[in-house]
Amino acid sequence: MLLMQIDWLFLIEKIGLITIILLISLGIAAYATWGERKVAAVMQDRIGPARAGIFGLLQPLADGGKLFFKEEIIPQSASKIIFVLGPAMFMVTALMTSAIIPWGPSFEVGGRIISLQVADINIGILFIFGVVSLGVYGIMLGGWASNNKYSLLSSIRAASQSISYELAMGISLIALLMLTGTLSLHDIVEQQHGFWADGYFTWNFFKQPLGFFIFLVCAFAELNRAPFDLPECESELNMGFHLEYSSMKLGLYLFAEYINMFISSAVMATLFFGGYNYPGMDWVAAHAPQWLFVLSGVTAFFIKIIAFILFFMLIRWTLPRFRYDQLMKLGWKSLIPLALINMLITGGVALWLGK
Amino acid sequence: MDLFEILFWILTIGAISSALGVILSRNPINSVICLIATFFAISGHYVLLNAQFLAVVNIIVYAGAIMVLFLFVIMLMNLNADVEPQKSRLVQFAGIISGGILFLVILAALRDSKINGTLEKSANSVGLIENLGKTLFQNYVLPFEISSVLFLSAMIGAMVIGKKEPSNDLPERSPNQN
Repeated sequence: MLLMQIDWLFLIEKIGLITIILLISLGIAAYATWGERKVAAVMQDRIGPARAGIFGLLQPLADGGKLFFKEEIIPQSASKIIFVLGPAMFMVTALMTSAIIPWGPSFEVGGRIISLQVADINIGILFIFGVVSLGVYGIMLGGWASNNKYSLLSSIRAASQSISYELAMGISLIALLMLTGTLSLHDIVEQQHGFWADGYFTWNFFKQPLGFFIFLVCAFAELNRAPFDLPECESELNMGFHLEYSSMKLGLYLFAEYINMFISSAVMATLFFGGYNYPGMDWVAAHAPQWLFVLSGVTAFFIKIIAFILFFMLIRWTLPRFRYDQLMKLGWKSLIPLALINMLITGGVALWLGK
Repeated sequence: MDLFEILFWILTIGAISSALGVILSRNPINSVICLIATFFAISGHYVLLNAQFLAVVNIIVYAGAIMVLFLFVIMLMNLNADVEPQKSRLVQFAGIISGGILFLVILAALRDSKINGTLEKSANSVGLIENLGKTLFQNYVLPFEISSVLFLSAMIGAMVIGKKEPSNDLPERSPNQN
C-alpha cells in the first residue's frame, strides 16, 4: 500500500534534478579553481596553469587526483569524530542551498509540468538564512577539533565574523521582501519577468541598488573571501581552520569554498538580477520551440552566475585584506545602519507609491 | 503506516536519542552537537505539522545563532572531560530531588491530559508565514510590539554591561608616561 502512495515519477524527476545540480555544482567548483588561478595569472601578468591539457584545462583533475592520493593525517590530540565531521558539515551546508534555487523556467512534458527547482518552499529566503547560519559549524568544529591554537583562533574569528555580517545581510533582504511581498524564490523570479515593464526595470537590482550592495559585501564576508578572509589569513594564522587537515578533507574545505561561491552567486542572480529572465524572453517564447526557450533561460542564468564568480575573483586579487577591527567596524557601524536606513527608505517609498 | 507516520517515528527517535546524548555525553562539545541534532529533529516535526515558518526560525535562531555562541564560549573555556569539577554529595542529592519533583509534576500533568488520536495533518495552514504574519499584526499587534521593546532594552542592557569604563586606567598610566 505504501508503495502505491508515493508519486514515483515525481520522485524520479526530483532525484534526477538533484543529481544533475550536484554534478554541475561540483564541476563548476572544480573549474572555478582553474578560473581563479587563470584570473590571478592574468592580473599579475603571468601565464597561470598551462601544463595539464590545453590552457591547463586538466589542472582541476590533476589537483583532485593529487589530493585523493595524499596521506591522510589525523593529529594525535584531535577529537577524531569531530575532526572528520567538520569538513563533511562544511560541504553539506555548502550544497544545501542549491535545493531551493529555480534553475530555469518550468516546462511541460507529456502533460506533466516539470519545474527546474528541487523544492519550491514558501519560506525560501528564510531557508537561505538558516543554511548560511549553519555554514559556520563546519569551520568552528574543524578548527576546534584540530587542537591547534591557530585553528581555534581562526574558527572563533570565522564565527564572530559570520554572526556580525548575517545581521546586515538579513536587514538588507527585509527591504527586498517589502517590495516582493513573498519569500518564495520562484515567485520572486517570476516577478522579475523580462527586463522592462510598466515604465521601469523589473529586475530587483534597479529597485534595491543599496540593498544589493550591502548583500554583496555581506556575501564576501560570509564566504570568507578576500578582502574578508580573516579566518584563513596566511600571514597571521598560517592557513587558519584547515591548518591540520590533509588529503581529501582539506580538499573538501577548499572545494566547498568554491561551491559556496557558486551558490551565493546563484542566489544573488536570483534575488537581484532576475534569475533565468533576460530581455526579450517573451519574443523567444513565442517564436522558438519550448526546449530552446528553457535552454536559453538556463543559459542566461548561468551567464549571470559566471559573471558574479569572475567578479568575486577580480575583487580577491585586487583588494588587500582588512584588519580585524576594521572588519568589525565595517560590519557593525557602517553596514547595519546603512541597511536600516535602506529598509526605512524602502518602506517609505512603498507606502508612498501605494504598493 | 503511511509516509507521515514513518517520518514521525524517525524524527521522534532522532530527537529523543540526541536529547539523551546531550545529558549523557561527558564532553561539552559533544553535548552541543547533540543539542543541534535535537533542534533539527524538532524542526522536522514542525514541518510535519505544516508550520514551516516555525521550523526554519527554530533553525535560524537556536541552531544558527544561540548554539554558535554556546560553542564559542565552550571553545574559549577549553573544558575537558578530565578537568570537569567533581560536585559535592549535597549538590548531587539536591539535583536528584529537584529533578524527581519536576518529573512527578510532568507525569501528573500527562496523566490528566487527553491525547486526540487524529491529528490534522496538512489541512491546517495556520503555520504558514502569510497567516502567521496576518494574525500577529492584526490580532496581537500590542503584545508583539511590547515584546520587541523588551528585546531592545535587553540589547541596550548588554551594551551597557559590555562597555568599558574609560576613567579607570587612564589616570594611572599618565604619570608613567611623563
